[in-house]
Parts: sequence; structure tokens; C-alpha cells
Amino acid sequence: MGSLNVNLCGIELSNPVIPASGTFGFGYEFAELYDINELGTFSFKGTTRDPRFGNPTPRIAECYSGMINAVGLQNPGVEKVISEELPRLKPCFNKPVMANVSGFSVEDYAYTCEKLDKEEQVGWLEVNISCPNVHGGGMSFGTQPSAAFEVTKAVKAVTTKPVIIKLSPNVTDIVSIAKACEEAGADGISLINTLLGMRIDLRTRKPVIANKMGGFSGPAIFPVAVRMVYQVANAVKIPVVGMGGVSTAEDVIEMMLAGATAVEVGAANLVNPYACRDIIRDLPRVMEKYGIENLSDIIGGVK
Amino acid sequence: MKQNVFEILSNTALTDSVYKMILTGDTSDITNCGQFVNIQLEGMFLRRPISVCDYDEKTLTLVYKVVGKGTEAMSKMESGTKLDILTGLGNGYDLSSAGDKPVLLGGGVGVPPMYNLAKKLSAMGKEVNVILGFNTAAEIFYEEEFKALGCSVTVTTVDGSYGLKGFVTNALEKLDYTYFYTCGPEPMLKAVHKASKTSGQMSFEERMGCGFGACMGCSCKTLTGYKRICKEGPVMKKEEILWEA
Repeated sequence: MGSLNVNLCGIELSNPVIPASGTFGFGYEFAELYDINELGTFSFKGTTRDPRFGNPTPRIAECYSGMINAVGLQNPGVEKVISEELPRLKPCFNKPVMANVSGFSVEDYAYTCEKLDKEEQVGWLEVNISCPNVHGGGMSFGTQPSAAFEVTKAVKAVTTKPVIIKLSPNVTDIVSIAKACEEAGADGISLINTLLGMRIDLRTRKPVIANKMGGFSGPAIFPVAVRMVYQVANAVKIPVVGMGGVSTAEDVIEMMLAGATAVEVGAANLVNPYACRDIIRDLPRVMEKYGIENLSDIIGGVK
Repeated sequence: MKQNVFEILSNTALTDSVYKMILTGDTSDITNCGQFVNIQLEGMFLRRPISVCDYDEKTLTLVYKVVGKGTEAMSKMESGTKLDILTGLGNGYDLSSAGDKPVLLGGGVGVPPMYNLAKKLSAMGKEVNVILGFNTAAEIFYEEEFKALGCSVTVTTVDGSYGLKGFVTNALEKLDYTYFYTCGPEPMLKAVHKASKTSGQMSFEERMGCGFGACMGCSCKTLTGYKRICKEGPVMKKEEILWEA
């Protein structure tokens, strides 16, 4: 059998599959179901400087082949993530974890990243400049190359671990933003976050989601994600982590052919809590079917 | 939590829009009344959370109302159909504080989770009073089933077409009880919270993403901190509930 290993920003992963932030909590809840050490790693729940409740409910809406969420970065804040969540994860997970960070100012991002960078369990910092569900923060940093540059630069100045910037698809020119992050010193790019979407209840004639709009994810957005990963991977020299609607081992391989070094799985985890484990276990079969010896050989292999 | 395949044994209409589905499968992870299951349906992305009405070692009974595409699809399913179901979700009711004379209040589609609870409390030798609230006579279901458990049952209808005219709280004020358990629409829960003379527990519902605590889609604020309806709920104690305007 060939190898599933990939190297993400200098850290070896036993396979490229990574549960995406916001769909896997802080990992320990899934550890009750299966040994989460089977994963390459996982990206934990988006963490901010201060604790956040997030948006009012309803926060969730069903869509054709997907869903909309407007959770709004509910999290206990970086202090508690370090003092409570990471210690709870430790006995269940012996690999480096990806720390997902969001903020409302450049200072916020730098503060939270600096704290998490010092944690032994953290392998990478995934900096979310693409959350569509908070006002005056998140995505506003990911829609302009200059703001993306500024956040990246500030985080890089106070951290030692690989910094991966998570980009929003809700932009006119994804490549210019990815290039700005690379220029500011980013070690990797991950994309795509959710697409801004909306549903309306015909009976009440009101938006289904209390926050009106939310982030659209699920298999429906997969082609958009593949396209953007392809565009960005061809424009930057740093590794790209692909995500957006990935649900099967075939999707993982398609994303890697488009240029992804590793692949995150999001919404699928909410429907099937074993989704990532099932995808990993299915990868060897699909690799054999398509004549792939080592997964790392196919990165960016689209002709 | 367990992921299992269940097979439908029967699926029958109780009223115009309420159906009773009996399934067989591994129920070992259902540990308490008041829990729910999350059902995968063909052609739908998210699972559909449905409260457990009754269960034993081999069977699961769900009584559900058709409110959208998912439940409509369920209502048309034939026996023999197999469903992928996550079981053992949520906390369920705490029976230890019931006292000798608990009262159970179910409103509309909030009635089903009261059934297994009534069964368990009756088996513990409690004197169980049940108040079932509906809008109108045509919507009534499960009155006889509760009576068969030996409970004293009062039915209320808003339009007075059957039983006591009014709301469940109109029946509650006439009763002597040691503790209450309730499930129903939020205005009813609020009214019960206000009218009740004892401590009690109430079950909430919310649109869910996963149903098992991963997505934070169904969070609410309580007097004892933020809780996930699917994980730390759906049952909350009267004392911790924070009503938002």
C-alpha cells in the first residue's frame, strides 16, 4: 500500500484529512465515538480574545445539498481554551492540533495568536479572516488585500509556528488576497470559508436565520471550492489547504489534484459524526482505483 | 450516542398531521426519557431531530407532527424502510426530584416525550397527573394511552371543543402536585413556568445542525451559563431558565 502522508508547513501528517473549525468542537466529544488520532489533525473551534455567545437562534437552515449557519463564533475565549479545552483534549489526541483564531481588530488577532502559539499542543495557527457571521470583524479583514496583509504581518511578528490564513470566497479576486498574505509572510493558505447565503420562510415571510444571512456550506459549494483552490494554488508558492463541501475520499483527491496539500472537511461532520474517519479509511481504495501510489504525489496534479 | 440502522415496523396517522412511527433496532444508547434521536432522510442534508415517545430493548416509538419537508417525507414512509438514526441524544428528564404526585404537562407535539416519562414515574409508584393541551378536539392524540398507564388525565382545548376550555395552566391551577415536567411550544412553557407552584423541568426545541454538541447551532443562555439544547438540554430545570424578550 502507498502512503497517505503529506507535509503541511513542515509538519508531517499521517493523512491529509482535517475536520474543519466549527464542526468538531475541541475534539474530545468526537473522541467518545472513535480514536481521533486517526485524523491528520483537526482545526478547533474558532477562538477569539474574549468569550462570545454568538448570534441569536435560529442559527441553522437547511438547503439543497448543504446548510446555512450563523453561529457567530461562539467560544469560551482564549484564556479558557488554554486553561480548560486544551487540557481536556490532551488525553484524547497526541498530535499537533490546528488552532483556529478570529478577531475584531489586528491587535485581537495578534493577542490571541501569540497566546496559542506558546501552547505545546498547537501545531499550526489557522487565522480566520473570513467569518461571514460577525459584524465589524472576521470577513472584513479577508475582503481587501491590504487588510489581509496587515493581519498576517501582525500575527507573524508575534508567533513562531506556521501561520495559515483562512480566506473567504465572498470576494471578487481571491488570488490578490492570497498573494497579499504570502507577501506578508503567511506559511500557508486555507480556503474556502462559507459562501454568504440566505433562506426565507414562506409562512412567516421572514429570514429563516435570526441573523438574516449566514454561511452556506456542504456538497453544493464543492465546485466553487475546487475552482478557488486551483486558482490560489497556481498563484502562490506556499501550501494550500482546500475545503468546501468535501464529503468523500474522491472529493479529497479532487481537491488535492486542484492544488491542496491537505483537505478540511466541515459540514459532513455534522451529518455523519464518523465522516472524517470513514473518508480516511476509504482513501486507500480510491487511491488504488485511480492508480495513486503516494497521495503527496498528486498535489496540484491537474493537467 | 450511537449510529444505527432502524427498520420501520409501522407508520400510522393519529390525527391530520400527527403520525406514530414504530421502529426496530439497537436502542441501547437511549438511556433516559426526554432524549431525542436524529434521523437521516434521503434527499435532505441535515438530520431531523425527533423526541423519543417510548422505547424498550428492541423498539423505538416516535410521534411526530408534519411541519416541513422532512417530516412530510417521514409521514409517507412504508414499513420495512430502513433509516440511519443517531440515538441517545440529549440529557432527558431527571426523575429523582418528582416527589409522590408529579404533574406532566404536554402541549400539542410536546405530548410525546411525556409518555415514556409517565410510564417510568407510574412504575415507580407515583401518583401521576397528566394534562394534555390542544387547540381543538380534532388534534387530540394519546389520551387513552396515558389513561392505560393508570394516570389521571385532563385534556384542555383552546376552543373548548373537548375537555376543559383553555390552556394547560387552567387545569394546573386546580391540581395539587409535588413537581412538574413539561414540553410544548415556548409560550406554553413560559406560562407553565409562571403558573407553577413547585420546582420542575421543561424540554426545549431549537433548529439544530448536528444534534450532538459539535456545531453550536442550538445554543441558549441560561442563568447557569450558555447551554446547547442538544447536549446540556433539551431538558432544563425551572430555576436555570432565562426567558429572553
